[in-house]
Amino acid sequence: MTTSTQGPSIIPLEGVAIAKLPGPVGRKKPNRSYRHEQRSGLAMLAPAIVLLILFILIPAGLAFGLAFTNARLISPYPATFAGLDNFVRLFQDASFGRALLNVAYFAIVVVPLQAGLALVMALLINTRIRGTTFFRTIYFLPVVTSMVVVSLLWVFLYREDGLLNVLLSKATFGLVTGPDWLGETATAMPAIILMSVWQGVGFHMIIWLSGLQTISAELYEAADIDGVSRWQKFRYITWPGLRATRSLILVTITIAALSLFTQVSVMTQGGPLDSTTTVVYQAVESGFRQQETSYASAISLVFFVIVLIISAIQRLLTREKV
Amino acid sequence: MATDVHLAPPTAAPARTARSSSRTARAPRARLGILGWLVRIVLAVVFSFPLLFMFVSSLKPDAQIFGDLASLAAFLPVGNISLDNYAAVFDRVPAARFLINSVGVSVVTVALGIVINSLAAFALSRMRVPGKGLILTVIIATLIIPFETLALPLVWWVNQLPSLSVDEFGVAFTRGWLDTYQVQIVPFIVNAFAIYLFHQYFESIPKELDEAARMDGAGWFRIYRKVVMPLSGPAIATVAILTFLPAWNSYLWPLMVIQTEELRPVMVGIQYFYQLNVSWGEIMAYSTMITLPVIALFIAFQRSFINSIASTGVKG
Repeated sequence: MTTSTQGPSIIPLEGVAIAKLPGPVGRKKPNRSYRHEQRSGLAMLAPAIVLLILFILIPAGLAFGLAFTNARLISPYPATFAGLDNFVRLFQDASFGRALLNVAYFAIVVVPLQAGLALVMALLINTRIRGTTFFRTIYFLPVVTSMVVVSLLWVFLYREDGLLNVLLSKATFGLVTGPDWLGETATAMPAIILMSVWQGVGFHMIIWLSGLQTISAELYEAADIDGVSRWQKFRYITWPGLRATRSLILVTITIAALSLFTQVSVMTQGGPLDSTTTVVYQAVESGFRQQETSYASAISLVFFVIVLIISAIQRLLTREKV
Repeated sequence: MATDVHLAPPTAAPARTARSSSRTARAPRARLGILGWLVRIVLAVVFSFPLLFMFVSSLKPDAQIFGDLASLAAFLPVGNISLDNYAAVFDRVPAARFLINSVGVSVVTVALGIVINSLAAFALSRMRVPGKGLILTVIIATLIIPFETLALPLVWWVNQLPSLSVDEFGVAFTRGWLDTYQVQIVPFIVNAFAIYLFHQYFESIPKELDEAARMDGAGWFRIYRKVVMPLSGPAIATVAILTFLPAWNSYLWPLMVIQTEELRPVMVGIQYFYQLNVSWGEIMAYSTMITLPVIALFIAFQRSFINSIASTGVKG
């Protein structure tokens, strides 16, 4: 955190001598040069700080503030204080309850599925075998493809007469006739889950991979000499070595899962019968379509508190298991 | 925090990757059995075939797309192949305009982001600024706020901001940023993660270098421009990629703040295709048009892409 050179001080005396080196030069006008440095530093920071305040801190504060008013997006009247009205309405809103349940369902399935599959893929490409770069590139392709495009593509794959059902029927010699995946309450969410994992898993594969590569190869070599089995190597070397990566992946997938929006917006608009509506989708519907900024802010606030609580719990859980 | 990278040469990016990491980071020389290869290949099919299907279908008329489904032809450019769908896309929507908008918005966001975030990180890493510990803490703390929680209050907020408008009556202040280019750019320039990445990277560049430059009479801005930034190529690439992808892919935000057709970015333009008289060939053509440039960039700068994603996994 200090601005000194932080060289490894072998002998304390030498360290002192090094630290004083610029002394004689700057001695005559230390104040002026320090003030100049402060001023230039603040000038360099200023654009970022102004933008940070304007577009992150103020909106965050507004999510709090507006939630307790009756503000509308476009309104001739100034907003007035409304107390807890929005929150009372929120907890009586059946759609919002449904949204919370759906998001929980989505997160509980997606987090282990995506993290697990990503780890398997990372292990598969963490080798020196030829063709690894090729496979890594292929697995990563959906990540650089926009979620909007992916969602629309999968709308086609999921049609009743779409690619998935044709394949299903071919593979079972016509025994299985797939449903209209996105049109039925029971299958819409699983369909969105499958597609989301397909799109996002490559991202977490790379993060696992960077974690795997921090584990010393000597540990594996030592294990080889001792004739340790593959599973034991994974259990006692790889898995403990991934502790930091694990908690990071857990938190990032969970937050992304709770923020589910784009897929739903493109594929189902929350339907059928609210079976795929989500918290963010509800916020956008009320804040944007119905222009009820205050109600949307209340949803955003509740959402943020949930995200905070869940990531705090996850951090605690992953920290304790040292 | 991350003092281990402090003495590393500037070429060692904070992000470690498959290739750049040293021998300690090497995986065991695994022998992949038949099963391993099979899994790899099956996964490759699973991840590539839907995209392949998209590219190929963009060249076929709708009837043939459905007709080919039952055979491997679904993934092959065979039969009645033409660019008709692409022509139809340009007829149906101002696709060129959408593409120009997205390129413009993304490039400006990325360029301004690199300058402003790196300047801030430079001051926080190199200079004595009052309260810089607190500033860095606040910046990192904002990382836990998902954009989705800010989006709705932010729509209301940008609609209150003053805007300068120029018309035939001269220059005037108007209220509200809705329906402008600036609303698609300015809120996304500052990026806490980019500042954090630059800061980490700058910490790995020896400070003796700026001291030497200062002896030669260089000012702070000159050190930033002539000493630190030229050594920060990998960090710049990482930040460019990490800010370009969400800018190009942005959907929720422009959906809410842009009404005028001429200002729309590519992802919002996709709405035109699935609302009335759906033509899947055209959808696939438009999707290909807005996806292929990014995939081409990814394949050309593969190492940097993988590096930048890996860097999101680096923690202090």
